[in-house]
Amino acid sequence: MPEIHFILNHEKRVINVEFHETLLEVLREKLGVKSPKCGCDRGDCGACNVLLNGQSVRSCLILAVEVDGQEIVTVEGISKHGLTKVQEAMIDNNAFQCGFCAPGIIISATELLNNNQHPTIEEIKEALSGNLCRCTGYLPILDAVFKVSKE
Amino acid sequence: MSIIHDFEYCKPTTLDEVTDLLSQHGEKAKILAGGTDLVVQMKENIKMPDTVIDIKGIKNLHEILFEDNTLFIGACVTFRELIESEIIKKYFPLIKEMSQTVASMGIRNRATIVGNICSAVPSADSAPVLLVYDADIIAKSASGERIIPITEWFTGPKETALRADELVTGIEIRLTDTKHAGRYEKLGRYSGEDLAQAGVCILVFEDLHYNVAFCAVGPVPKRVFSVEKLLHGKVISDVLIEEAKHLLQEEISPITDIRATNEYRAHMMGVMFERGLKKAVSRLHGGVNA
Repeated sequence: MPEIHFILNHEKRVINVEFHETLLEVLREKLGVKSPKCGCDRGDCGACNVLLNGQSVRSCLILAVEVDGQEIVTVEGISKHGLTKVQEAMIDNNAFQCGFCAPGIIISATELLNNNQHPTIEEIKEALSGNLCRCTGYLPILDAVFKVSKE
Repeated sequence: MSIIHDFEYCKPTTLDEVTDLLSQHGEKAKILAGGTDLVVQMKENIKMPDTVIDIKGIKNLHEILFEDNTLFIGACVTFRELIESEIIKKYFPLIKEMSQTVASMGIRNRATIVGNICSAVPSADSAPVLLVYDADIIAKSASGERIIPITEWFTGPKETALRADELVTGIEIRLTDTKHAGRYEKLGRYSGEDLAQAGVCILVFEDLHYNVAFCAVGPVPKRVFSVEKLLHGKVISDVLIEEAKHLLQEEISPITDIRATNEYRAHMMGVMFERGLKKAVSRLHGGVNA
């Protein structure tokens, strides 16, 4: 079983993986990082989003072995030192109900705000267009990100 | 769903290693770049390679170059990188416009334009744009390199002119000296993830010739030479557009599927062609280079 070295949530990790294991499977099943969720398992829903070298990617479509030498950040890493502004805004806005899509959306929103501190509502919609939510109808989610963008 | 079969994974750092592996394994080897198509197909047992060759370790496949008026896009260049490239923005803005319509951020951060044409689904967004630009596909095998014109690339739904012992190293496009402008019109149900229900790309040149190509309304994306011939040398008028739309209908053969009916696709192709053509012409006169 090949050994991969990568940085997960700012910590160096070394782990043996099978070639056929996806990053999502390794994060959840082998490393106990449960924030990325398995939704559609084919890249459509965004629930498994993680940051790979700062960019949001679908962890269900990446082989774990591909992240050897790379840096991965999940929601656990983002909120290591407390909730971020966008997470606080999601809570204030009651943006989520069941919460299944939340980690993926936090990842997409974090990537957006890292690259563009004051996005327009159109830019927010575009950045979150690959994340499906079946509870709250998107509006409180978009509003929460927009609120942060205006700060 | 997990991938339920075993395979070898290798990440070579030179093209020679890749072509050696391809000549050894042929159809049993698959090239991995972004993985947004391949990993899904492996999960669904549509593809069951015994060897997966990750080409992201080859440095020059990540390059976007513009030399001697020729653009090179390497096989590992993602849609995200195309959108952010100054070269693309300056010389080939149509590629940027198209790339922004591909799926969503999380996919564009990973998916490549070369992968898009290698998957060769009828709705490939990259196809109409590369067709109107007369792009060349560079294919490499252990026995050498060959150039495949994009017009000869798509041989059937999900089928291409690429041989099992070859990989695509990149795409080349020569920038024309003639002033030109273009437009890619895509019909999707919503932004984010949706495949094109219909797509049409139009490139208009100052000397009154027109390149037109479509996707998602036939088994393969293709150029519409009959329409180009009709428009050639003429200034656009309402009568001419109606004639061209009529001709366009004879060239397309849309199907009905979960995303749209064939009637809707056929109707919308006319609407989008007109919209795109007018937009391209107005961009040409607005002085925006493509």
